[in-house]
Amino acid sequence: MEAAHGHGYGHDEHAHHPSGLMRWVTTTNHKDIGTLYLWFSFSMFIVGGILALMLRAELFQPGLQLWEPHFFNQLTTMHGLIMVFGAIMPAFVGFANWQVPLMIGAPDMAFARMNNWSFWLLPPAAILLVTSFFVPGGATAAGWTLYAPLSTQMGPGMDLAIFALHIMGASSIMGSINIITTILNMRAPGMTLMKMPLFVWTWLITAYLLIAVMPVLAGAVTMVLTDRHFGTTFFNAAGGGDPVMFQHIFWFFGHPEVYIMILPAFGIVSQIVPAFARKPLFGYSSMVYATSSIAILSFIVWAHHMFTVGMPAASQLFFMYATMLIAVPTGVKVFNWIATMWKGSMTFETPMLFACGFIFVFSMGGFTGLVLAITPIDIQLQDTYYVVAHFHYVLVAGSLFAIFGGVYYWLPKWTGHMYNETLGKVHFWLTMIFFNVTFFPMHFSGLAGMPRRVPDYALQFADFNMLSTIGAFGFGLSQMLFLYVVVTCIRGGAKAPDKVWEGAQGLEWTVPSPAPYHTFEIPPVVK
Amino acid sequence: MTSKLGSTFAAVLAATLGSVAGVAGANQYNLQPPQSIIANQIYDLHTLIMWIIFAIFVLVFGFMMYAIIKHRKSVGHQAEQFHENTTVEIIWTIIPFVILIGMAYPATKTIIAMKDTSNPDITIKATGYQWKWGYDYLQEGVSFYANLATPRDQIDGNNNDARKNNPNYLLEVDNAVVVPVGKKVRMIITANDVIHSWWIPAFGVKQDAIPGFVRDTWFKADHVGIYRGQCAELCGKDHGFMPIVVEVVEQDKYAAWVAEQKKKTTAVAVDPAKQWTLDELKAQGEKVFAANCVACHQANGMGIPNTFPALSGSKIATGPKDAHMNIVLNGKPGTAMAPFKHLSDVEIASVITYERNSWANKTGDMVTPAEIKAARK
Repeated sequence: MEAAHGHGYGHDEHAHHPSGLMRWVTTTNHKDIGTLYLWFSFSMFIVGGILALMLRAELFQPGLQLWEPHFFNQLTTMHGLIMVFGAIMPAFVGFANWQVPLMIGAPDMAFARMNNWSFWLLPPAAILLVTSFFVPGGATAAGWTLYAPLSTQMGPGMDLAIFALHIMGASSIMGSINIITTILNMRAPGMTLMKMPLFVWTWLITAYLLIAVMPVLAGAVTMVLTDRHFGTTFFNAAGGGDPVMFQHIFWFFGHPEVYIMILPAFGIVSQIVPAFARKPLFGYSSMVYATSSIAILSFIVWAHHMFTVGMPAASQLFFMYATMLIAVPTGVKVFNWIATMWKGSMTFETPMLFACGFIFVFSMGGFTGLVLAITPIDIQLQDTYYVVAHFHYVLVAGSLFAIFGGVYYWLPKWTGHMYNETLGKVHFWLTMIFFNVTFFPMHFSGLAGMPRRVPDYALQFADFNMLSTIGAFGFGLSQMLFLYVVVTCIRGGAKAPDKVWEGAQGLEWTVPSPAPYHTFEIPPVVK
Repeated sequence: MTSKLGSTFAAVLAATLGSVAGVAGANQYNLQPPQSIIANQIYDLHTLIMWIIFAIFVLVFGFMMYAIIKHRKSVGHQAEQFHENTTVEIIWTIIPFVILIGMAYPATKTIIAMKDTSNPDITIKATGYQWKWGYDYLQEGVSFYANLATPRDQIDGNNNDARKNNPNYLLEVDNAVVVPVGKKVRMIITANDVIHSWWIPAFGVKQDAIPGFVRDTWFKADHVGIYRGQCAELCGKDHGFMPIVVEVVEQDKYAAWVAEQKKKTTAVAVDPAKQWTLDELKAQGEKVFAANCVACHQANGMGIPNTFPALSGSKIATGPKDAHMNIVLNGKPGTAMAPFKHLSDVEIASVITYERNSWANKTGDMVTPAEIKAARK
């Protein structure tokens, strides 16, 4: 097998492609496009992170020191939009581009040119978002949820954000069509659906979610756009519209969106844990069913974001029960990961540290999710820092930790070099500690009654906010170490073997490291 | 009993966090002390669920930590290769389901109780404005606005000492809502411009205020005292600066308060036939401006560049009176300029007169209440 590959990939240095900038602009290669997505995502992560640190700096102590309130609202809004649509989602698409063909034994993505186009739509969207700070009135300050009628009051920055969302939505839909087609049509002979690596499964389901809900978001923001400029009154009660309808449409997109950002993370963790436990994934088929159940349930829970709008008791009960149900398949996933670890032979390299950190801290976000599912408690905690703590536990400790874990796991395959293991571990521990210093105190300020999205707060919240700000700056600085580790790994380091990790399973470990420009031109056979 | 468990739980968490992060023990680690039946139920529900979660946490992560310590390569543990066990998988699907039913049952009872706004003793309408609350006692006929009472100079800049000496920093208003103790108060909640949210944590009451729609909720305060909350839905620039204060008093004090408010209302009521002079209107208008317009257009009339337009030298404030009256009465759709129809004829006439004769604006125009009355039609 090894010998055959050595022969098969010998001609790789002669892969034909333009060099320099044009290589990246014109590329249709899934690996190049994956790399582009990941770097794009990292740069947006830095931009969104700087916005976060700017708003944490204002919240360091009570009073208004740095920004006036309107600008502060721009910071919270753009931090949310940039992190969700610029950092987290593109990072997972980057993973899908690199890994899905490698893991199913396909030579490339199904629609190579569309793949190029779906990436190159993103930079213009990012430019629209970032430059909206510099138009009259500044960026939109209506919160990342863009609730009408507040969003209809905003200046031209809101229009730029709407167009950016349209473009990013188109990009996501194209990416999803590509991923679904690749997975359904280009698997290596013998790789049945129920033999696919779990990462591929989670992305297949995520892609369907994206296709289902991105048009809904596009519709919602388009209605805001026409309310703003063309005299419609979809969300204006004075003209027969309904402001609450915006929330229903937004969260019909928004809740599946939450799972779009976490299901691929489940997939990454489900690859890492068996590799470092040296043991097959426990309950593979129940993992697939649990992921599908979460995806289906995500369409019938949206109004739990809106328990305070004053819906009838029957609706509150329905959405509470449906939301609580999600705990069942999510619990199954956590139990399966722990059962995979059970009686394994574990080692704790950086990817495994991030995977264990993910399971531990993401579960805490899951627990607070259960607290928030209980309608009466949610009514007390809605729009407080408790909610801010909850969704950062699932999006940072969930999605972001899985992304870090995935990068460390596959980086040797991508670059051909081992990264610096010690620095990787230091990065994990700094990230883990500062994450908790930043976000754990927010549970307390939220319980005690601190509303979110405020530039200033009452004195009893001062200590917790100071602690959060210190943690946030520590967290931000720790990510510079990540950049350093990745860059040094690209530039050099110990040569990585084909099968980087002792316990790793899957087709991606049968090709050389770094993975040649073209892989699986002749499909492998899976038994 | 459960409340005691709740405080135990908070104390455990506090001790953990305090030792980890070195935070002083003066902070609050749990929900505010509940002051109504509903808030009590919410508090107990939260405590119950925290204990369940705590038990699951210990159990699940106990297994994980055990595996991490014992089943590692460095201690020589050999990997077993099992990867399925239908019995175990069915058990850990069913057990969470049963636990969830145990949580859902008490929550359902509370939801139904929260929704029961029937037979109130008092009904108060709260209206959210950018950025203050307006209150109307529907039977008593008392109406007023509640603005943030914390002085601007405590908020801006590094004025830490002034802030520190104000225990109610950002949580104080000029006119508190006064209600009698132990009476069922039905709150009818709406908004004038964007969505706000009326929230008093101690009563377990939070209801979004939605423009054009009316929602209701209720509370019955257990004890006399002053209870504070804030707007809980992002509503623009001064979202963090529109607190809610409810003062709970004995029934007789409440009656006295209502009588006093009514007297005040009659005292300020103006004879509709009164003939106003320009100076009188201007003086009156300055007060109206300070209460309604200053947050955006600023005291110097210069607004905030690129966000809120200046009135000083503006086309509308120096142009035809009709356009000026129209924008104040009806607002400007698609901007933060909300309709101010809810103000009286005198208030609107005086504020327009003030705006047309202040700062760089020297039109010399006077807008009379009668003109506003006519423009409303």
